[in-house]
Amino acid sequence: MWSYFANPERFDRLARAVIPWCWGSAALLFVIGLPWALVVSPPDYQQSDTVRIMYVHVPAAWLAMFAYAGLGASSFVYFIWRHNLADVAARAIAPAGAVFAFLCLATGAIWGKPMWGAWWVWDARLTSMLVLFLLYLGYMALRAAIEDERLAARAGAILAMAGLINLPIIKFSVDWWNTLHQPASVIRFDGPTIHASKLWPLSVMAIAFTVLFTAIVLTGMRTLILTRRADALERAEERRQETEARSAEPNAVFNPEAAS
Amino acid sequence: MTEFFAMGGYAGWVWSSYAIALVCVGALIWRTLAARSAAKTRLEALLKEDEA
Repeated sequence: MWSYFANPERFDRLARAVIPWCWGSAALLFVIGLPWALVVSPPDYQQSDTVRIMYVHVPAAWLAMFAYAGLGASSFVYFIWRHNLADVAARAIAPAGAVFAFLCLATGAIWGKPMWGAWWVWDARLTSMLVLFLLYLGYMALRAAIEDERLAARAGAILAMAGLINLPIIKFSVDWWNTLHQPASVIRFDGPTIHASKLWPLSVMAIAFTVLFTAIVLTGMRTLILTRRADALERAEERRQETEARSAEPNAVFNPEAAS
Repeated sequence: MTEFFAMGGYAGWVWSSYAIALVCVGALIWRTLAARSAAKTRLEALLKEDEA
């Protein structure tokens, strides 16, 4: 299956068909989800209306982690099978994941200040989420710092795979350590403990963000494929000009004696 | 309506969260689309050059 979709042209055709549906359904889901989250869903009995921050904060956190799982998985596929498309996926995922990790931290701080009395505390959940954000930044910085594209892809893949260890730490940090952050209330072995009047708008917002993320990543991948084609054309053109210049003056070989 | 914007006295916290979300996601979408059209323009120019 991997090899089937590893063909960039086949992927491009598929992505071109899927992307408009993703933009469209994301828009539709936000039109339903935002009024549900901001108006229809009830305020919390303890947190009053600040609970509405959850409808942005929680989907952002989920997506930041989901995106990182995707980054790790495509890095693994690239590292083992060297499918360029897997590397393209990793590169397209990274900036989107970083934005959602930042959004999670920012909205968390804004929620924390009125409810906990602190913008930030160095506890396990918040710190591991900050580490996730830094992993994204580190991944992008590492790739930008290495000029050789294959070496950059391989080094990035190793960093991304090593960072996967952080995902279970984020998920279970609220169980393993004492923390100000509330424990899981949706993804639990014994089912969600959050009330349906909040679970439904939360689900709609989470799906809306996920579909939007899919559109962004697929569009980013198509862009990277175009860029690769352009780079290859440019290199071919440079080589052609070099050969032409050389054949135009066959005796213009560098001569150290003549130069001195 | 005023009650809706007041957010139970937490207007600043709730609305700034949604504003940050809008700015972050908006910037991400804008960057994605701008990069796409820039790459398209570049490739088209190269292909034209190649034909010439």
